Amino acid sequence: MPDRAVEIEGLEVIRGGNPVIRSISLEVDAGSVTGLLGPSGCGKTTLMRSIVGAQIVAGGRVSVLGRPAGVSELRSEVGYVTQAPSVYRDLTVRENLDYFAHVVGVGSGRVTETVEAVGLGGYEGRIVASLSGGETARVSLASALLNRPRLLVLDEPTVGLDPLLRSDLWRDFHRLAEAGTTLLISSHVMDEAGECDQLLLMREGRLLRHCTPDQLRRETGERDLGRAFLEVIERTGDA
Amino acid sequence: MHERSGTIVSPRITVATGGRVLRQVRHDPRTIALLLAVPALLLTLMKFVFDGQEQVFQSIGAPLCGLFPFIVMFLITSITMLRERTTGTLERLMTLPMSKLDLLMGYGLAFGVLAAAQAVVVCLVGFGLLGLNAPHGTLLVGLLAIFNALLGMAMGLFLSAFARTEFQAVQFMPAFIFPQLLLCGLFAARDEMAPLLEAASWLLPFTYAYDALERAVSPQPLGSAIVVDVLVVAGATVASLALGALTLKRRTP
Repeated sequence: MPDRAVEIEGLEVIRGGNPVIRSISLEVDAGSVTGLLGPSGCGKTTLMRSIVGAQIVAGGRVSVLGRPAGVSELRSEVGYVTQAPSVYRDLTVRENLDYFAHVVGVGSGRVTETVEAVGLGGYEGRIVASLSGGETARVSLASALLNRPRLLVLDEPTVGLDPLLRSDLWRDFHRLAEAGTTLLISSHVMDEAGECDQLLLMREGRLLRHCTPDQLRRETGERDLGRAFLEVIERTGDA
Repeated sequence: MHERSGTIVSPRITVATGGRVLRQVRHDPRTIALLLAVPALLLTLMKFVFDGQEQVFQSIGAPLCGLFPFIVMFLITSITMLRERTTGTLERLMTLPMSKLDLLMGYGLAFGVLAAAQAVVVCLVGFGLLGLNAPHGTLLVGLLAIFNALLGMAMGLFLSAFARTEFQAVQFMPAFIFPQLLLCGLFAARDEMAPLLEAASWLLPFTYAYDALERAVSPQPLGSAIVVDVLVVAGATVASLALGALTLKRRTP
């Protein structure tokens, strides 16, 4: 496995005539939990879509697990969970996962395992439309975990979840990372930043900082990561 | 070269996709009831409307048995595909090791099965109970119905890419199907239409779908023309699927 799960050089994305990603270069360490943080609309989702190869880019180079982003070989290595749960609401939990399991080529034993892993045991027969927002989000997450991807790209996976569930999920993310999975997780909630090994701070399509939570605290002299982020924004002076 | 490269058709994924679409329909029993009952009920209504005009009922009702599935599958496919786009499941599938053809053929499988079920009911009612004639066998009408349904599905799949809402998608039915229904020869003989309209009718796939059915339910011996009709319908299906595949994008702006 390469040391870097993701390498980006000079990425530019233009959507509807507006630059959404402006000359971003970054690296994500293999086996790390990397948080992608920044206010809504700062380009987090676009950056993630560029990494999974779903985004038409205007310039730059995105390399994932040593290959150009989006090549077909990567489709069984990279898992992507969109912010809005992308599952079939008119099917049961089990039917959804069985279908995605067929697509990625894993057996039904793995489906059972994954259902338990995201805490949906006992919900297999429920129609997704009848589940709560958090439960639906976990069905979507489970679909991406089925084939144990080497890189997991999760767009705001904890949004709208209660604190208990949120901490459960973060425990799962760390467990996955220990097993060798690289996780790139976006959030606009700064209190989740402390859970990450590495932080990518974004604002208005630019990457402001790439550091560890401790580095950010030390550099700004703020204990609170939310304040530290604001401090960084003020210092970069383009507010 | 690479296993599961996502560019080669996989029977496993195709069948799973067909099964998934059918399961979605199964969770919606009212849709199944409508799907099976409405064509038969409309045909029955038509029987009473044309009471005493057996010839008219035969010339319109009999081909309609094989045209209903076209219309219905066009509508259902465009809505299903639109939902797949708007709920993000299409985007997910496009990031997975699955080829576009797996998705399209899976849809074909599912809607082919539904069309067959619909054709069985409408043919049993039409030819069994309402006294319509199929001199060359009901089976032929049923097979043509499935072919036509697949054409309807393929066109619905393609056109759904141009609808952003379900309101728009349902409007495509009157916009794209009604003109074809009017020009195909079912309601007015094509050779009696204005030359421009007749010429236009030659360009519309529905015309060939109707022509094949008209031959299948007429007492004249089956010529080779019906083969040509079926080939045109099949060709239009493949062309629509190919256009549909172009609208499935792995990368979007």
